[in-house]
Amino acid sequence: MDEAPTDKAPTNKAPMDEALIRSLTPSVLTVLVRRGADFAAAEDAVQEALVEAVRGWADDPPRDPKGWLVTVAWRRFLDAARADTARRRREDRVEEEPAPGPAPDVDDTLQLYFLCAHPSLTPSSAVALTLRAVGGLTTRQIARAYLVPEATMAQRISRAKRTVSGVRFDRPGDVATVLRVLYLVFNEGYSGDVDLAAEAIRLTRQLAASVDHPEVAGLLALMLLHHARRAARTAPDGSLVPLAEQDRGRWDTASIAEGVAILQAALARDRLGEFQAQAAIAALHADAPTAAETDWVQIVEWYDELARLTGSPVVRLNRAVAVGEADGPRAGLAALAGLDEALPRYAAVAAYLHERDGDLDRAARLYAEAARKATDLAERDHLTRRAARLNSRRREDR
Amino acid sequence: MAKYLLLKHYRGAPAPVNNVPMDRWTPDEISAHMQYMNDFAARLEKTGEFVDGQALAPEGTWVRYDGEGKPPVTDGPFAETKDLIAGWMVIDVDTYERAVELAGELSAAPGAGGRPIHEWLELRPFMGEHHPTVTE
Repeated sequence: MDEAPTDKAPTNKAPMDEALIRSLTPSVLTVLVRRGADFAAAEDAVQEALVEAVRGWADDPPRDPKGWLVTVAWRRFLDAARADTARRRREDRVEEEPAPGPAPDVDDTLQLYFLCAHPSLTPSSAVALTLRAVGGLTTRQIARAYLVPEATMAQRISRAKRTVSGVRFDRPGDVATVLRVLYLVFNEGYSGDVDLAAEAIRLTRQLAASVDHPEVAGLLALMLLHHARRAARTAPDGSLVPLAEQDRGRWDTASIAEGVAILQAALARDRLGEFQAQAAIAALHADAPTAAETDWVQIVEWYDELARLTGSPVVRLNRAVAVGEADGPRAGLAALAGLDEALPRYAAVAAYLHERDGDLDRAARLYAEAARKATDLAERDHLTRRAARLNSRRREDR
Repeated sequence: MAKYLLLKHYRGAPAPVNNVPMDRWTPDEISAHMQYMNDFAARLEKTGEFVDGQALAPEGTWVRYDGEGKPPVTDGPFAETKDLIAGWMVIDVDTYERAVELAGELSAAPGAGGRPIHEWLELRPFMGEHHPTVTE
């Protein structure tokens, strides 16, 4: 190869913050919808405007980014309406309308969240539609994050748009359905080039700014507290590091402080919900300078609240771990009694409690069983290692 | 270029030479194994021969249609004696020889005692695309 390297000349301009551009998505989209554009077409037009913005703003950022996006998206919407002869009559109506002025400040961001999490949508459709129409991610980015072909994700999104096409935009929805969708996005974590956990935090933060609801605050606090531990949660080789073994110096203290403050304000309003209770447990972990100083007694109390709120057997399973720490492994094992052994992670919890109780033989067998039942590779490898460690120790003892 | 599927079995393949279940290895031996597998996939990505790969959970069910208006019939989880796939990797290589070479490397992944597992892997060529030629 005798070609000269084709390095681009370095540019002094800072790259336009893509997340900042995307944060304008819901308000731009709702302006178009309020002007009479149907949701599906408006959403496509906003996507095109976003792509242009990401491409063009690095060199020449506009003074009024939202106004720019509204103008360009509206133009794209009109272009598409004109090109589509089947939409002839709608186009006539649109063209009669006055030229768009500056974008109004009020926005229906909350309505957009409701629409994208509408109960008529399946969870996977609601997630995809929320990430595109509220988050402003491209179909390709969403497809990569969920490891499906782009064409598949495009179909999922357009079907979702058809499903909600008849939904009135001005009807209030249920915040709980929106929170479930955002929680799903958060739990997907990180794959592809989009950090879904960070995106879920951004979207929940934006939602918290649009609606005053203690559970929205609770979910935001939970996400921040959980996310704060991310760097400490995996070893350099990709293996999981359990909470008790994490280097607490690597926890993000700013994120923890913000999460705790948001949670305290929410709890002060005395309308407890599932996410606030989960965040309270996460906050107690974050609060402990060392694993040994964890306030397990209070954590058990929060698990009791959570069990009362949800009635979930998974909560009771996690509670058994906390009981084991607070009152000893025998008490933890007693708390397992009555729970279905087919529950996800039951074997892992039982293994841990037996290990603490000194029954290494049984613990190793249970860890191996838990590894066989694990539903992701990182967890399977982690549980296999626990079994291997106990088996090695037993061999040495002999 | 030709695509091949590399299949790893939980059960159903002939027994490997170094046949010790992973929970009987030392933690360091497990780490060495994981590292080998990651390095192998990373190297194939660099050479432009890696297509895709996934691991499968060790459980599964047989399912078949049971007639109009009836729910499908299921049979499972699989009995202990059935062949069970643990995971797959798709590679896109120039020759059959190269595919065999790569499968051999993957089978050399270290196991108990740090020695190669000599695991039997199944190598299956994809059916090719039909390419009409001028002489057809």
